[in-house]
Amino acid sequence: MLYVVIIFLCLSLLMYVLLGGADFGAGILEIFTPASMREQLRDTTYKTIGPIWEANHMWLIIAIVILFVGFPPIYTTLSVHLHIPLALMLIGIIGRGTAFVFRHYDAYQDDMQKVYNFIFTYSSFITPFFLGLIFGAAIGGQIDPEAMGFYEAYIHPWFNLFSISVGVFTVAICGFLASVFLVGEAKKPKVKSVIIGKAKLFIVFTVIAGGLVFAASIIDEVPLVGLLLKEWITIGTLVLATIAVVVLWMKLKEGNKMMVRFLSGFVVTAILLAFGYHYFPDIIITKSGENLSVFNSSAIGKPIDTLAWALLVGSLFILPSLGYLIYSFQGSKEPNQANG
Amino acid sequence: MDDLFAARSQMALSLGFHIIFACIGMVMPFFMATSHYKYLKTNNPLYMDLTKAWSKGVAIFFVTGAVSGTMLSFELGLLWPEFMLHAGPIFGMPFSLEGTAFFIEAIFLGFFLYGWGKFKPWFHWFTGVVVGISGLASGILVVAANGWMNSPSGFDFVDGKFLNIDPVAALFNDAWFTQALHMSLAAFTATGFAVAGIHAYMILKGKNREFHRKAFTIAIVFGAIAALLQPISGDISAKDIAVRQPAKLAAMEAHFETSKSAPLIIGGIPDVEAKEVNYAIKIPGALSFLAHGDFEAEVIGLDQFPEEYHPPVAVVHYAFQIMVGLGMVLVGLSLLYFLSLWKKKDWQLKPWFLWLFALATPLGFIALEAGWTVTEVGRQPWIIYEIMLTKDAVTPIPGIKYSFFIFTAIYVSLAGIVSFLLYRQIKAVPDSLKKNSQASSNT
Ligand code: HDD
Ligand code: HEM
Ligand code: HEM
Repeated sequence: MLYVVIIFLCLSLLMYVLLGGADFGAGILEIFTPASMREQLRDTTYKTIGPIWEANHMWLIIAIVILFVGFPPIYTTLSVHLHIPLALMLIGIIGRGTAFVFRHYDAYQDDMQKVYNFIFTYSSFITPFFLGLIFGAAIGGQIDPEAMGFYEAYIHPWFNLFSISVGVFTVAICGFLASVFLVGEAKKPKVKSVIIGKAKLFIVFTVIAGGLVFAASIIDEVPLVGLLLKEWITIGTLVLATIAVVVLWMKLKEGNKMMVRFLSGFVVTAILLAFGYHYFPDIIITKSGENLSVFNSSAIGKPIDTLAWALLVGSLFILPSLGYLIYSFQGSKEPNQANG
Repeated sequence: MDDLFAARSQMALSLGFHIIFACIGMVMPFFMATSHYKYLKTNNPLYMDLTKAWSKGVAIFFVTGAVSGTMLSFELGLLWPEFMLHAGPIFGMPFSLEGTAFFIEAIFLGFFLYGWGKFKPWFHWFTGVVVGISGLASGILVVAANGWMNSPSGFDFVDGKFLNIDPVAALFNDAWFTQALHMSLAAFTATGFAVAGIHAYMILKGKNREFHRKAFTIAIVFGAIAALLQPISGDISAKDIAVRQPAKLAAMEAHFETSKSAPLIIGGIPDVEAKEVNYAIKIPGALSFLAHGDFEAEVIGLDQFPEEYHPPVAVVHYAFQIMVGLGMVLVGLSLLYFLSLWKKKDWQLKPWFLWLFALATPLGFIALEAGWTVTEVGRQPWIIYEIMLTKDAVTPIPGIKYSFFIFTAIYVSLAGIVSFLLYRQIKAVPDSLKKNSQASSNT
């Protein structure tokens, strides 16, 4: 049963990065869009993401619940040593979630919109940055449960080059996912060509940021490159991801929307898989080398079994309705609520 | 402000904030579904307008509830890691089931809000009902988790270790039913009176009277029925904690000394040093009767517990008085409403009648916050009753007060923005009504 729980944990994290990532990316895109085009971009975003918006961040909550029920030492170690970036990420989540809805449900369209937009775009940027940073810190090997000083225990684990570069990389990925996702939605040719431009820009960003992560891992002595290149499976997946990026680049303009979306999802999944495979079963790499893994940190016996059953039964309800939700709003022309 | 106090305050603030939005998110879908049902039955476009107007408010509240709930699931670890390390696997079951309920709620809210004109009318109505039911289910589940903290079960506590964990037994702890029942009723009472109050005020202002009267009726019927049941359920809760958590009952009643035929103390100022209550009304034997159904029964007082395990008496006592007092006011208003239905229909348009309800807008929510103060502060100094102390559970990271200040600022601004948006929604009702009736004449 432990494996069922582990699979759900990976799945919900993957879903959060893919769907949530596209969602954050839409906000990031706004920062990089000339003011004259923003209105149209916002419209497109709202139509595409609006209906599934609420469901997106549920993946994060599921992952958190799995962590604290199934793997409490991992949850508490992260909460204690990464308290500060977690709190900052929460602020981002609050700002973003509320601003997104407020700007659509404010009964009047006036200067308040500027405030909402400001909060929306910047928190879209902050949240994935800290999410990535936390991820980087977990595997960066700087968490030290024995540390005494404030800096050593609560700052250094995440305030280092490697974690920060993973944060930047995550931001780039979100922008990449969103721009590719929106390509298929844009109806007006002018909007479409702007979005394609952004997509290309973000592909370049992602590649550069990926390079940055490797460089930082060398500087911070995180054993990443050497080990990644030792295993055939990780090499294979990363090569496939690279090929997919190249294909995507060529097909952006004329490719159909399902195909480009699939490719972008594939790229991100492959990167995560390569990392996941490489680190499995460890989740937190500590300074002393006594890592916390899904095996040595899991609850045992009934808690895991009931959690697994709850997840299995839950997904019987959730997956069909989620599928139907996405299906129902495919290619919808009018956001009815907005003028309703 | 020391770290423990800051952490407790931050937790209290976050929960106190979340609960308001959670209640509205739980109850409003039922109001909407009722109005929607009436529309489908009568074809009166006012009901359609009402459903839509409410659904916009709900979207605003829902998202605030969702982000503050997301906060909470992180805060449990950020503030109480030692607690979560042990409690997570035990009381996690309601949270994992709740995940499903939330997911369904979120998905169906998507259907409901974005589905106008897309689905068959009755399917669309059904999606709204599902939102309500799954919201209620998630509320009940999370209250069951809280019940476990009050009445831990489903494990053996041996030498400081939690062994033989059984999450199902933990979910069905001794407190879950009374708490879930009382809380669900409270959600309907508080939301019903708040919504009815706002619409009563709008009728007084004389705008769209028909529209607001329909809204008022739906909300008050739900609210009044729940308010009438509330004291019954509260009495069950009190009898329950007399057995389960006598220290909490003693603090609620400021009952310092164990005694037979104990008096019920109403109001008054507890003096913890002198162990007495000044200026209070005392009804002889009534406490024994309320707690054990017998005027002669012995009621355990605080003297049975070592001083260091006493909850803060004054806070709990005042909070309890506020809850019960307001509960009685709401019972009175509910009776008044049913009386008007039965005998005096014309009262419902009289300004004094409407003013009474308009002034009662916040009362349900005040009672609700007071009730949670009773439950949560009354549990102190334990985070898991008689198993783990709150001070042993708090995070080791220093400087929690800064986090408390920052989150206070965030909650205050959010509350400000939400009120502002709500004000604008209500102000815009006449305009949107015109637009809607045009739109609905097209369909
Ligand atoms: C609209 C809100 C409201 C109203 C009018 C009342 N309550 Fe209440 N009460 C709550 C809202 C609430 C609550 C916020 O929902 C609590 C906190 C935890 C819980 O389960 O319910 C609560 C807790 C609570 C407890 C503690 C339960 C425990 O710790 O397990 C008792 C003994 C009562 N209530 C008793 C009463 C009585 C005798 C009332 C008579 C009028 C009453 N309540 C009205
Ligand atoms: C939403 C309604 C709730 C409100 C208004 C509320 C209120 C409070 C208050 C006032 C405190 C501070 C008590 C003190 O330290 O003196 C507190 C503490 C706490 N509550 Fe609640 N509570 C609610 C529901 C819950 C639920 C459902 C849970 C868990 C499942 C929970 C878990 C906690 C924890 C872990 C603490 C900190 C430890 C402690 O102080 O004992 N609460 N809450
Ligand atoms: C008595 C206490 C509580 C009640 C009755 C309650 C009820 C609810 C309800 C009905 C919602 C749906 C959102 C809405 O409709 O606005 C919600 C959201 C949420 N709550 Fe609570 N809650 C309580 C306490 C807590 C606690 C202690 C936690 C965390 C540990 C929590 C975590 C969440 C989360 C994560 C969400 C967001 C889910 C979503 O996106 O729909 N809640 N809560």
